[in-house]
Parts: sequence; structure tokens; C-alpha cells
Amino acid sequence: MSTRLAKTGRLVDHSRAIEFTFNGKRLKGHPGDTLASALLANDQMLVGRSFKYHRPRGIVASGAEEPNALVGLGEGTRFEPNQRVTTTELFDGLTCISQNHWPSLDFDIGAVNTHLSRFLPAGFYYKMFIHPRPFWKHVYEPFIRQSAGLGKASNPGDPDRYEHFYYFCDVLVVGGGVAGLQAALAAAEAGSKVMLIEQTAHWGGRSPVDGGEVDGQPVAEWVDATIAKLQGMPNVTLRNRCMGAGVYDQGYALGYERVADHTPGSDAPRHRLWRIRAGQIVTATGAIERPLSFAGNDVPGVMLASAIRDYAVDFGVSIGDRTVVVTNNDDAYRTAITLKQLGLEIPVILDARQSGGGALADEARALGIRVENGKGIAKVKGGKRVTGVAICAQAGEGAVLEEIACDAVAMSGGWSPVVHLWSHCGGKLIWDEASAHFRPDPDQPPKGAKGEGFVIPAGAANGAGDLASVVSDAHAAGQAAAKAMGHKPKGKAPKASTSEEAPMQPVWLMPQGAGIKLRMKSWLDYQNDVKVSDVQLAAREGYESVEHAKRYTTLGMATDQGKLSNINGLAILSDALNQPIPQTGTTTFRPPYTPISLSSIAGEAKGEIFQPIRKTPMHGWHEANGADFEPVGQWRRPYCFPKGEEGRHEAVNREIKQTRASLALLDASTLGKIIVKGPDAGRFMDVLYTNMMSTLKPGRCRYGLMCNENGFLMDDGVVARLDEETFLVHTTTGGAESIHGHMEDWLQCEWWDWKVYTANVTEQYAQVGVAGPNSRKVIEKLTEDDISADALTFMGWTEITVAGIPARVFRISFAGELSFELSVPASHGRALWDALLEAGEEYGVMPYGTEAMHVMRAEKGFIMIGDETDGTVIPQDLNMDWAISKKKDDYLGKRAQEREHMADPNRWKLVGLETLEGEVLPDGAYATAPGTNANGQRNTQGRVTSTYHSPTLGRGIAMGLVHHGPDRMGEVLEFPKVDGGIVKAKIVDQVFYDKDGEKQNV
Amino acid sequence: MLILTCPCCGVTGEETEFHQGGEAHLKRHGPGASDDEFHTYMFAKENPKGVHFERWRHNNGCGKWFHAARDTVTLEVYGTYPAQTLEPPQDIRDAITAKRPGWTWRDFA
Amino acid sequence: MSEAITPLNGARFEGLATIEDAGLTGMITLRGDLSSKEVKAAVQNAVGLDIPAQRQALSGQGTAVLWMSPDELLLMCPYAEVAQIIAALEGALKGQHFLVANVSDARTFLHVSGPGARETVAKLCPVDLSEAAFTPGMFRRTRMAQVPAAFWLDEAGTFHLICFRSVADYAFNLLKTSALPGGGVGVYG
Repeated sequence: MSTRLAKTGRLVDHSRAIEFTFNGKRLKGHPGDTLASALLANDQMLVGRSFKYHRPRGIVASGAEEPNALVGLGEGTRFEPNQRVTTTELFDGLTCISQNHWPSLDFDIGAVNTHLSRFLPAGFYYKMFIHPRPFWKHVYEPFIRQSAGLGKASNPGDPDRYEHFYYFCDVLVVGGGVAGLQAALAAAEAGSKVMLIEQTAHWGGRSPVDGGEVDGQPVAEWVDATIAKLQGMPNVTLRNRCMGAGVYDQGYALGYERVADHTPGSDAPRHRLWRIRAGQIVTATGAIERPLSFAGNDVPGVMLASAIRDYAVDFGVSIGDRTVVVTNNDDAYRTAITLKQLGLEIPVILDARQSGGGALADEARALGIRVENGKGIAKVKGGKRVTGVAICAQAGEGAVLEEIACDAVAMSGGWSPVVHLWSHCGGKLIWDEASAHFRPDPDQPPKGAKGEGFVIPAGAANGAGDLASVVSDAHAAGQAAAKAMGHKPKGKAPKASTSEEAPMQPVWLMPQGAGIKLRMKSWLDYQNDVKVSDVQLAAREGYESVEHAKRYTTLGMATDQGKLSNINGLAILSDALNQPIPQTGTTTFRPPYTPISLSSIAGEAKGEIFQPIRKTPMHGWHEANGADFEPVGQWRRPYCFPKGEEGRHEAVNREIKQTRASLALLDASTLGKIIVKGPDAGRFMDVLYTNMMSTLKPGRCRYGLMCNENGFLMDDGVVARLDEETFLVHTTTGGAESIHGHMEDWLQCEWWDWKVYTANVTEQYAQVGVAGPNSRKVIEKLTEDDISADALTFMGWTEITVAGIPARVFRISFAGELSFELSVPASHGRALWDALLEAGEEYGVMPYGTEAMHVMRAEKGFIMIGDETDGTVIPQDLNMDWAISKKKDDYLGKRAQEREHMADPNRWKLVGLETLEGEVLPDGAYATAPGTNANGQRNTQGRVTSTYHSPTLGRGIAMGLVHHGPDRMGEVLEFPKVDGGIVKAKIVDQVFYDKDGEKQNV
Repeated sequence: MLILTCPCCGVTGEETEFHQGGEAHLKRHGPGASDDEFHTYMFAKENPKGVHFERWRHNNGCGKWFHAARDTVTLEVYGTYPAQTLEPPQDIRDAITAKRPGWTWRDFA
Repeated sequence: MSEAITPLNGARFEGLATIEDAGLTGMITLRGDLSSKEVKAAVQNAVGLDIPAQRQALSGQGTAVLWMSPDELLLMCPYAEVAQIIAALEGALKGQHFLVANVSDARTFLHVSGPGARETVAKLCPVDLSEAAFTPGMFRRTRMAQVPAAFWLDEAGTFHLICFRSVADYAFNLLKTSALPGGGVGVYG
């Protein structure tokens, strides 16, 4: 059984106990524990069930590579699934639950799958559930959905705070082990601005566990001294609990800082995402030990040799009293020696190499440990925990030579450099035959903005072996990074311990000739339950590309992204395909290195700052007076202002009736307003608009259409000429920024010799539409200036003082009534609004929203950009030839509108549509035509572009684009509804209300 | 994420400050142009694997448009230059030639 | 006349940095040939300041000139003096090709001050705000989270930050969230 050792545990504080719960069970740990070490200290060997077969699984690793030990962490809105216990720091009151079992971890119904595993090979789902086809939707999919997914989804809501931080440095060093520290020091001493980040809470990586000396000091002391030195340097920033999550183009990197995961309840943000731009990035990300593939290598208690060593030394936790070590390299002997020295039993070291190990093997023998060369594990005994191993010859087929009782197995299949960050942005790898691993190819680094390599691997991440080579490699990497940043490296690498080790020997399957029964129990990917036999099957079925085999078997597709399984899997695949490993290659490494919280990616963007909400100067009044808002771009505009129990429809009707009968106000501040000024302003306005603008007189307004160079309508609005050289362009609400950009584009990139300046003054002004027969009267109450019908004629504008505020008044009408638009400095917008409401009281004044505006413009047959237009409509389609100047040589879109298809008389054209029964046509409904098209769908001959109930006319009105529409007045079209019914509507003139414009001309 | 230097205000900023605006050095064919000319101007755009000339706007910045000579494969930026020109300046062309001898792009080389 | 009201109406927050509505301020967009002696003289005459170098801000007593782009300046002055300064500019530039527009009401103007100011802004803007890289007098137009913004730093370490009026609440809440206690990054200030 696993238990706490009294004497070791350099990271834990034995003097204090903290409580946590696992599946409701109250357990004790120490400050400094990870959740993994605390669980193991409580003999919690079984921590979860595997995804596919529901096999009992325990902790395998001690770091970020852990595939099995995922838990649901926290409670309520703070619950989070799939948290790795090996990277979760223990805190007082932590609660977690195991995953993927029912009804309980110890007794799981789903475990029946493991007995059926013979029938659930790779590709089983693909093969099984394809026939009969109709079964997919109603039988297979619901069943699979129920069993799919790992862990439970989080609860809605996240009470914690997250943030981003933009940071810039010369050299970013990822990894705070010996290599990272030395690289950071070398770069910093050369004068570079350095940031060093480390994913765990501790500096030094694994080196204090393995020992050795650097610069004449024990490595643990050297680590402390170096950290102190780095902390004292003003050009160095150190961050632990900060993982290098990804390396992206041109020196961009993400650092995922878990600021407060270990201190719940503090006022700090939970995670901080560092958005780092570095000149050079040094990846000192270490190496990960590989498992060995033997039958039963997933039984709880079978762990990586280095992890067993880590738990013993760092946390004072022994995994078992009797640990069998199985290896293909010398490093695992360190585990045996460490455990033996702690007084634990090592029944045997099984060294798969016929020639055995080097000096470390001699040391082990000297301690009295039995060492068997050329031997391996045929099979692990035990279900929910290890009870023993059956030994065999590595060279054979698995004939059992001996059975040995044990409660833990320490395995080592060699080490793979962590090349993820190097590879994220295109760094290439080479296969190192001697160490049987992929390492960065120094000639093919990721390239930056100037074509320079910008990532340098260091230490074990670069394939370096012993401490001395790690230190010297890291020193060179740090200096190279500084040099690339124009700094002058100085100093030599400190001396460090060397170790003579016998060469490792690749072992991809144990024993080498294992039969199918053993291979079916030899796990490659623990989390996704992929076995040696599955990869071999994929190869046999023709999945020769490593990327295909990965997807077919799901090898490496789990949340650990194959950190343990990748190399073993592709070695098995290579063997099955009878080709060398480099020819098979690896799958693509993609960021993030380990999963990061979605909230950290969102950063501050949640709640009220999820996105910018644009507010007009009158927004506060709208809110206080019950406005029912709708989003228009990022603006919030009142759709209507319901009173009491009133619904939207009633409110809109009331607002329209009031406007037509007396007086109502519209907050039109969101309309785009752009000043166009200069000697060439008229010329520019003429190319911008389809109609003639240069002839507009100061003091007058003109409605105009803007097309893009493709000929399609993009915006419309009223232009006012302010003076000889100056125009004020009004755009749609959504068009303000884009039309300003469009103007600047043409002025800067095509007609840069024209003397025109533009300024977007949209937000400078609050604008109020004052509409209705009493609109003049109410303004007259507030001004001494003359705005009579003679002084300010329709489509005129002038400057007045209203309610004491300087204003422009435009006599224009979108509602079809006598109306004015008042424009005042935004800081006075609310005051103007209040003054108009007060002065209008005697006329029953009320505000109206966007929907009333839409209905009233439709009653008048006015088009709306985005309703009548959709990016494929030209002014001619809307019968707006009157707004297209025939006199101009050029305007944007003119040439396009001459193209054959644009001039085709068969284009659908705008008409009014009047339903026979008075009902409202469905929005976007199509008018059907006889026959069907090539796809067997009904032919169409038109579609609805705007449709409303008109309270003024007491029935439904609509506009639509109809084939030969204007020539077919009076014809009745049929519009099918979604529910199968049909609405019949007659083609009519699009102007439904006040055809002669008498209302607005008073 | 790219970094670009705006030749108009001198800022070296990340891609989120800028907005890409399609191919650079287009010659406008307006009224009077043939169907073919107009079609080519409007729709026949370069989509090279390698050297490319693009329009960018520093929209979260000085608001100016400029041109960038860029490699679509390596993402290397050979240089940026003002939009008020009909062809890439010689120093930019030289910078490209140094890295990609024999390059061509439309009529430029 | 009614009293002009800023969008934030005097809002203030104290956390790692102090975020406050900088109050009504006159702002004038001037577009023209910044290298011409006429523009130089007009600006000097209007606010008593020179034409700033590229991406610089020059400030005086209650006035400032900000370099917006190669052909655009933003002049800051007391709110009440805008009309008179515009008239002076227009007079001085008569016959030149230029554009002058009153944009005093188009923006929200904020001060971010205190030891946490640099970090507060660096959580939102993709700009190197280290003391070595961003120094007093520099003016930077950029992106603040999801909206355009611009700022300069004065000798006292206060950021003077502008963005559009409609997003005043958003901008204030962004800065406030970034300056909440407990969020110190520990790299600047």
C-alpha cells in the first residue's frame, strides 16, 4: 500500500496537516502536497476509470503528463472537470470527485466493457454504427452521446476573475529547471530583458530529486542561489505557477499563470494569461519519461520510475513496500537505489537490455538489489492494485519464468524531450537513434518576422543527458538568445556533475514477441484506452499515415494529447509498417501544452464588459423609462418603450399612432456623421454617391446612395452641405465606421492627390428626431429662431439655438410626417431630450423606438439598408434610378452596374405587397412560381424584404423583390409559410401612406 | 500573430491593431473599361504561396493604409511602405531578392 | 444653456490605480499639412504649443497637442474656449487646405494614476508599458480590449486616456476591473 514516509518530502511541511475530501471521504495532507501526493499518502491508489473500458486506473506520473488521474474539482459554480491531480496544489478544504464511473469508483457497471474489449477494437464505432443508416439518428447517436465525454460539464456561471497581461521581453525562457535557470542567467548577464516562467510552484525541476553538483554546490543549493541571483537582477522577471502554454508566430507566446488556484478565496484573479512578445524564446521544458508496453501496464500501482522517485523524495510518499523496477535504461536504477536507501524493498530490477546497465547497476547490486538482465514483465497481476508481476525473457514470447509478489511497479522506457513548444510554430524534429527520441533539429527552428530562428531549445528539452551537458547546453542557449537580441554574451557555463551511463535500448513491446493476448492488455494511451493491438490493427487496415492512425485509434487524442503515448504508439506503428520511426514521423504538436481554462482566454471579457455596449447620451433616460432595447451593431437602441403591461406590439402601435397624430421623439444619435472637407470635396462626394452631390447648395440636404465598387448598395443617408468646401455625410447606424474607412481607403490609396479631409464626428453629436404634425410647434416653443415652412423648407437645414443649446436642425423626414432632426453637442443631448419632453407634454409627446421607425418608413415605401439590401442588390433593383446620376462619368459601382448580369431586365425588382386577408407576411418568405428547379425545389419569383403590421392602415404591409414586379401590378403571389399554409399577396405600389408627400410638406 | 510596422506612424504593433485589406497595387478599371479589364481588376486576385503584396490599415492606430511585402508561407515581413505608390520601392524588392532570388509577383520582380 | 455633462459624470474608482473621469475638456481635430509653417503658427497661436513629433504629446497649462497621424492633430484646451480657438485656427488657416472640427463631446477622457497605472493599462492594451519603453510625452493610439483608445503619460506617471464617448462605461469598467485589489502583477511600479 502507498503511505507517507516520515523522513523525506523536501516540498511538504510535515508539521501541519490540511484537510481535503475525495468522493466525500475526508483525507489529510500537508501544505506543499499536490493532490496526487496527498491521495497516494492516503493509499488512494484507484483514482478513476478509463474512458472506453472503464478500467480501474491510478496515478502514473508526477507532472503535467499524467493521463489517468483526472478529477472533478471544486463545487457549485466553481466545479471543474478533468483537473489533473498531479498539477493541482493541495489546499485546505479542497474537494474533488473521481470521474467516469457509475454507480461508484469501486463498483462500476461500465467496467463490463473491459471484458468486452475483444469486441471493441480500434474503429469499432465507425464499423458498427454505420449500418443500417437510419439507426444512426435515433438509436446509435443517442446511445453514444450518453456514454461519450469525459467528466461532467461545469455548472453555469464562473464567479472568479481572470485577466490578460501584455508583456514584452528580449528573451522568454520557458521552464524553471536547471536548464531554464542557467539559460535565463546567461541571457540576463549579457544584458537581455529576460522572463523566466515555470509551470509548477517550485524552481529547479527534477534535478534536486536526482542530485549532483553544479558549480561546486549540491544542485538544490545551486538552484536556490541562482534564483536569488536572478531575483536581484532588474532585467529579469520570474514567474512560477506559469506554464508556457503555446508559442505562436513571430515571438508571440502565452503564459498561463495560475495565480490563485492554490489560494481560493483570495482577492487575486484566478488565472492570468500573459500575452508575451519575445525576441527569442528558450524552451527549457525538460523531458518526459516513457512507459513500457507490457500486459497490465495500466494496473494502479504501475507508475513511471521517475514519478515514484519524485513522490518519495519530494513528498515523502512511498507507493509500495515492494517495488519491482523494469527498465531499458540506467535512469530507473536511481529509483531503485532511492527506495532501497529509504528502507523499502526492491524485489528485482528487470533490465530489458541483455548487456544490462552501467555504474548505477553496479551501485544497485552493491546495495544488495537483485538485477536481472534481458528480462521483462510478461504480465502484471492484480485488478484495482498491483499484487505481483510475472517475469519473462524480453527476447521471448512471454513464457513466465517466475512470479514475484509486489505492490508497485516502476517502469522506464527512456526519455522524450518535451518538444511541444519548439514544434508549435513550425520547428522541425530529428530522430536521435542513440536515445531513441525526437529532438529539435537545430537547423530548422521556427522563423520570425525577419526570417530569423526565434526558438532555442535547452537542456533535456534539447536531448541533453546528464547534468553537465544540461548546464552547458542551457548556457549556450541563453547566450545565443542574448546574442540574437544584439547583446554581448559573457562568462562560461558552470561545471556540473557528469554521469557515465550504459546506452539505453529501445523497447517498444515487452516481451518483444508478445502474443495477441498480451498485446491486448498492453496500453499505449491510458486515457483513451488505446492498446498495442489497436495500433497494429489500424496499420493492417491501411491507416499508414501517423495522422490517420491517430484519428482512427484515438491514440494521443485525449486531454493529455499523448504526452506518454505518442512515441510508443508511433514506434508500434512503424514496426507494423516495417519502416523506420523517422519515416513515420510524429503527429502535429498544437498549443496549449496542457489544457488551459477557457475563462483565462476570455480574460476580462465577461459580465458587463463581455463586449463594448455603445450608449447614446440619452441612454440613461431610456433605461429609466423602460426601454426595450435591441442591439444595432454594438449600440443598444430602444426597440420600443412599453408602458405598464403593454407588449412590444401594442407599444409599437401606440408610438406610431402618436407620431402620425401629434408628436414623438426618436433618439437618432447613433446615425453616422462624417465631415468631408476640401477643395475636391464635391468631386469626391460625386464618386462616393451614385447621385450628384457637388451641385448641392449650402443650407440644403440631399438623400443619397452609396455603392461599393462591385456595384452593390452599401449605405444610404442624408447629406447636408455645410459650406462651399464642406459636406456632412449621414450614414446608417452600422455604417459610421465602415463608411469612414471606405472614404479614407479611396482617398489614401486611389485619389491621394485630391485635396479632401474627412473626420468621423458621429459621437460628437446627440441627434433627436422630432416627428409629427406638432413637431414644428414644439421646437418653436424652445427657440427664437425662425423655422417656419418658408424659412426652413423641406430638405433644408439651418443653425438655431434650441433650449439654449446651439443646434443644427435638418428638415428631413423618414416617418413621412412633418419632422425635424436636431443635432446638438453630445454633452447637451440629455438636456435637449428633457426639454423636448417637457415642451411636448401638451401634445402628448412620447419617445418612439426603432421598430416604430421601421414600420413608418415602410408605410412610406422607404428602403432600409440591410432589409431591402443584402449585398447583392443594386439601386436599379429598388427602382432608384432617379438617384443615379446620368451626367457623371464615374462613381464607385458605376462600371459594375454596366455588367451584363447587373443590367439584366430579369433581375427581381422592388414592389409593395398587400396581403389579401390583411395578415402579415412572414419575413423573408418566397413567392413560389410553377415548376421545380434542377434540385427538385419549387421555383421562386420573388421574396419579402420588409414586412410589418401597419397600425396606420390596420393591416399587413410588405415590400419585396419580385421578378418583373413593377410590370405586374395587381397580380397575386403565393407565399408559403413555414407551417405549410400559404399567404396570398397582391403586387402594389410600395408607397402605402401619403403617396403625394403632403404630410411632410407643411 | 504577426507584428507589423506602420510606415505612417512608426508603430510596431501586433496584428490586432491592424486590418488586412486584400491585394496591393491594384489598378482601378472604372467606366470605359472592357468587361475583361473590369473583371480582372475586381475579381482576379493573386493568391501566391510565397511573396505577396498586401494592403493593411492601421485601424486601431493612426488610421492610415499602407502596403506590406510579406511571405505567405514563412510569414516573414520583407517590409512595409506607404500606400501612395504604384509599385514596391527598390529597397523592399532588394530585401525580397536577398531571401527569395528570382521571385516574381504580377509585373514585379 | 444647460450644463454640459460628461458621459461618466465624474466617476472615480480607487484600487491598484485611481481611475477618474478627467472632466469636460475641449478637443479639436485639426487635419492639415503638419510640416507647413501656417499650421505650426496656427497651433502655436491657438494653444501656445509646438507641433509634436511623431507619436508625441506636448502639454501646457490646460492645453495639449497630440500627434494622431501624419496629417492630424488633436488639440486639447479648456472646454469653454473651444469656439474661440476654432475661430482662431480657421482664421489663421484661411486659404489653406485643412479641416478643423470640434470633437469635445465625442470622447470620454480618463486619468489613470497611481503606482498600479502601468499594469492596469498593460492588462488591456497590446503595448510595451515598461518604464524603459513607454516614457512621459509618448502618445500611443492602440486598442484597449475591444475598442480603440489612445493615451499619453505625464511626468507624474498619470495616463491621460481617451476613447469614444459611447463606450465610456465599458472603458471605465475595463480599467476598474484591471485595477481591482489583488490583481497586482508585480512587474511595474
